[in-house]
Amino acid sequence: MSSSVEAGVPPEILAQYEPVIGLEVHVQLATRTKIFCACPTSFGAQPNSNVCPVCLGLPGALPVLNRQAVEMAIRAALALNCEVRQRSIFARKNYFYPDLPKGYQISQYDQPLAEHGSIEISLDGGKKRIGITRVHLEDDAGKSMHEGFKDSDRYSYVDLNRSGTPLIEIVSEPDMRSSDEAYAYLTDLKQVMQYIEVSSCDMEKGHLRCDANVSVRRRGADRFGTKAEVKNLNSFRFLKLALDHEIQRQIAILESGGQVMQETRLFNVATGETVGMRSKEHAHDYRYFPEPDLLPLRTSDAWRNRIREETPELPARKRERFASEYGIREYDAQVLTLTRAAAEYFEKAAAASGDPRTTANWVTGDLMGLLRAAGKDISESPVRAEDLGGLVRMIARGEVTGKLAKEILAKMFTSGESARAVMAREGLEQISDAGALEKIVEEVIANNPKQVAQYKAGKAAVLGFLVGQVMKASRGQANPSMVNEVLRAKLG
Amino acid sequence: MQVENLTIDSVREGLARRAFSAVELATEALRFAGAENGKTNALLEICGERALAAARRVDAGIAAGEPPGPLAGVPVAVKDVILTGGVRTTAGSRLLANYNPPYDATAVIRLEQAGGVIIGKANCDEFAMGSSTENSAFGPVRNPVALDRVPGGSSGGSAASVAQGTSVVALGSDTGGSIRQPASFCGVVGVTPTYGRVSRYGLIAFASSLDHIGPFARNVKDAARLLGVIAGRDPADSTSAAAPVPDYLSQLDAGVSGLRIGLPVEYFKGLASETGDLIAKGIEVLGRLGCKVREISLPATEYAIACYYIIATAEASSNLARFDGVRYTCRSPESGTLSEMYRNTRGEGFGAECKRRIMLGTYVLSAGYYDAYYLKAQRVRHLIAQDFQRALAEVDALVTPVSPFPAFKLGEKLADPLEMYLSDIYTITCDLAGIPGLSVPCGRTAQGLPVGMQILAKHFDEPLMFRLAHAFEQAGGVEG
Ligand SMILES: [Zn+2]
Repeated sequence: MSSSVEAGVPPEILAQYEPVIGLEVHVQLATRTKIFCACPTSFGAQPNSNVCPVCLGLPGALPVLNRQAVEMAIRAALALNCEVRQRSIFARKNYFYPDLPKGYQISQYDQPLAEHGSIEISLDGGKKRIGITRVHLEDDAGKSMHEGFKDSDRYSYVDLNRSGTPLIEIVSEPDMRSSDEAYAYLTDLKQVMQYIEVSSCDMEKGHLRCDANVSVRRRGADRFGTKAEVKNLNSFRFLKLALDHEIQRQIAILESGGQVMQETRLFNVATGETVGMRSKEHAHDYRYFPEPDLLPLRTSDAWRNRIREETPELPARKRERFASEYGIREYDAQVLTLTRAAAEYFEKAAAASGDPRTTANWVTGDLMGLLRAAGKDISESPVRAEDLGGLVRMIARGEVTGKLAKEILAKMFTSGESARAVMAREGLEQISDAGALEKIVEEVIANNPKQVAQYKAGKAAVLGFLVGQVMKASRGQANPSMVNEVLRAKLG
Repeated sequence: MQVENLTIDSVREGLARRAFSAVELATEALRFAGAENGKTNALLEICGERALAAARRVDAGIAAGEPPGPLAGVPVAVKDVILTGGVRTTAGSRLLANYNPPYDATAVIRLEQAGGVIIGKANCDEFAMGSSTENSAFGPVRNPVALDRVPGGSSGGSAASVAQGTSVVALGSDTGGSIRQPASFCGVVGVTPTYGRVSRYGLIAFASSLDHIGPFARNVKDAARLLGVIAGRDPADSTSAAAPVPDYLSQLDAGVSGLRIGLPVEYFKGLASETGDLIAKGIEVLGRLGCKVREISLPATEYAIACYYIIATAEASSNLARFDGVRYTCRSPESGTLSEMYRNTRGEGFGAECKRRIMLGTYVLSAGYYDAYYLKAQRVRHLIAQDFQRALAEVDALVTPVSPFPAFKLGEKLADPLEMYLSDIYTITCDLAGIPGLSVPCGRTAQGLPVGMQILAKHFDEPLMFRLAHAFEQAGGVEG
């Protein structure tokens, strides 16, 4: 099929079709060591330095399963509402590739670690449940390097540092109906994996890799169309671009009376198109069979329950709780639960302030603004959560005005001090001394005879103007409630 | 000293009496091996440096007053599918002709820690695939009992070395009979332990769920002692058993009177008369020792060969995938593309038997055939294991011939692989069931060819198996 047919399918035609999308996501687990040996999983080491007979696939070497990898995989599976099987088995997936030193990958096949899960994703128009078919454990291959060496025209090099790195593969049901839904699914999935700390999900380092199964059908049709598998969707942007391209391509084929071929297609980052791989290259028969070097993996009720209990509150649940428990706006709740660090920061600050709603405003507004400008994550915030809470508390008590508080926060951000320390150093403490205040009030009354006369004539609203003048004259340091009192008394 | 007649006991005694030092013994063993090995080609490599270093450690320990290890000074041959770090390990294959592994197998570490002195690496069928050691890329092994005959296989080099005297004991590997069958052909003792009893870490895999490392020796006691050294849990092998290792020597002389022996009728049908007669005499000896002998049935036996050649080849096709020309020492030159490199390297590197089994294994695992072959074979394997479980609940041990015929002539069965596969007809069920088995010499044919009697026991019941074999041996076995 030539690529010209894909160009610009009219929107009214697109609207007649429904895309059907399922994603296969590989997540690299954040274990200290590899899945079947004790080599470190650290990134960026000298090529072929984090290796041993096991991950080199040397003759005679045997795998030993890393318990931490299993725990993390179970945690991930439980977070995705899966049923973790009591007994799962590893299987060999056989294929030849230079960076696959054993000639097979140790994966799971007909008895995976976990099945039958789901995740609720947030869409603009509400929520949607996406089914999770399965979660299974496997080892990663090494890396082929075809460029960058002086004899790269004749040789490829293989780095096996990554060989044996633990992965989970999360396979979704074909429940997504647009590239936006797929985008939202991957976003929420990534957030959950980060929340439960099973992966850093750094896409640039390949910690999160995504393939998609895509088909289209006429709206109202019962049966799925023929699907293509699109590989190499290794950023959120590429995922959306590739899916949109592939959906249009398939619709264009059907519209021109053709048939979609079942095949594997590669997303070409440079052209923004998906390109079919020659059928020979992907006509794999992996010849799966049970891995005889490993015993079946058994998970006891006690183990699964302990992991379940240790699993932190997930983002969706946290959002709901923030809204109901603290009465904060849904949008703020969303922002505050984007990362576990933000949520923890907010809850600490709110506890210190005693006023969660105001705290939420300060965290999502001023603090995040300062962090963004400084290029810092909230986990690196120079302002401690307790100190932000302290500042908010002072505002609530009327000890500082909101305007002054902004200045104080900026100074706290620079120095890392508490609000009180900044105020003491900067001479910004509140003027609550009646004598000093009276002096300022008297000055303001003397300087604004017109407004004073209006007030005395019964125009009570002018009081606000006069309070403002006092605050201004005190550079915001006057205790606002005292100002009111003293003004009223002086004005009779 | 005459190295070819030594046993572990006589080595221990000689060292204790200071009749010789470990270095003197190793030097003489190396000289003897150097002089005699050419007759049989049992050893592919004679590792003088490593042997002398091990012997010096033994002597230093003795000089320091330390109690000698159970194998102190004992010359050992190690089958060339078992890794010896720094010593070439070829698996009998051209693909690993210059392969120098970076680490030792667990069994090798344990036997050297026990004072064992590795004299050489024993020849074998390529990747342990064969029943005659004619499939070695480095030439066949000749049976020291009759040089025009095969020593059996695939551990033919280990069996021949012990029989010839170039080692006192040896390590072999058994996947379908590769220890017991050559032991019977060469007239020595060979033991396949319970699956999981000895770590497979460092054993170049043929069929992982069937592979065992086990001992060869000139008598039952030496075999028991060697097994005691190499057995036991190894955290590096997930399939190794946690069960404690009993003292195999302590019960050797406990007697066998009253033991119940089962003779599986399926193993005696159509047996060549000479082998059958010798085994019958062996059974008579057991009867005289007070064993209660009765017939028993293992009905799934007739499916064993088919089952075995599906499971073993399936696993082999995967285990041998790593020899692809990318790593190790062998890569076909002049390959234009990746797939040419794979095809040329493997086409030139593997021998005919390996290729046959890789193709068979690839086929039975292929989409559309998996259920009909592999899955069905796994079910049959389960039935075979159940047969043994049932039988070994009624009797303490089973006694059978090891092979339907004694050592055959070199080249005799090469042209007909199916005929060759029949050599293992009585031995493969033991591997499929994971139970322990042993071959003990049971007389010789009119032509002087040794015949072995097989003893099979329950999982981890090696003590009983050794006790029975030892009693039989002490009673003089079978004349002839
Ligand atoms: Zn490693």
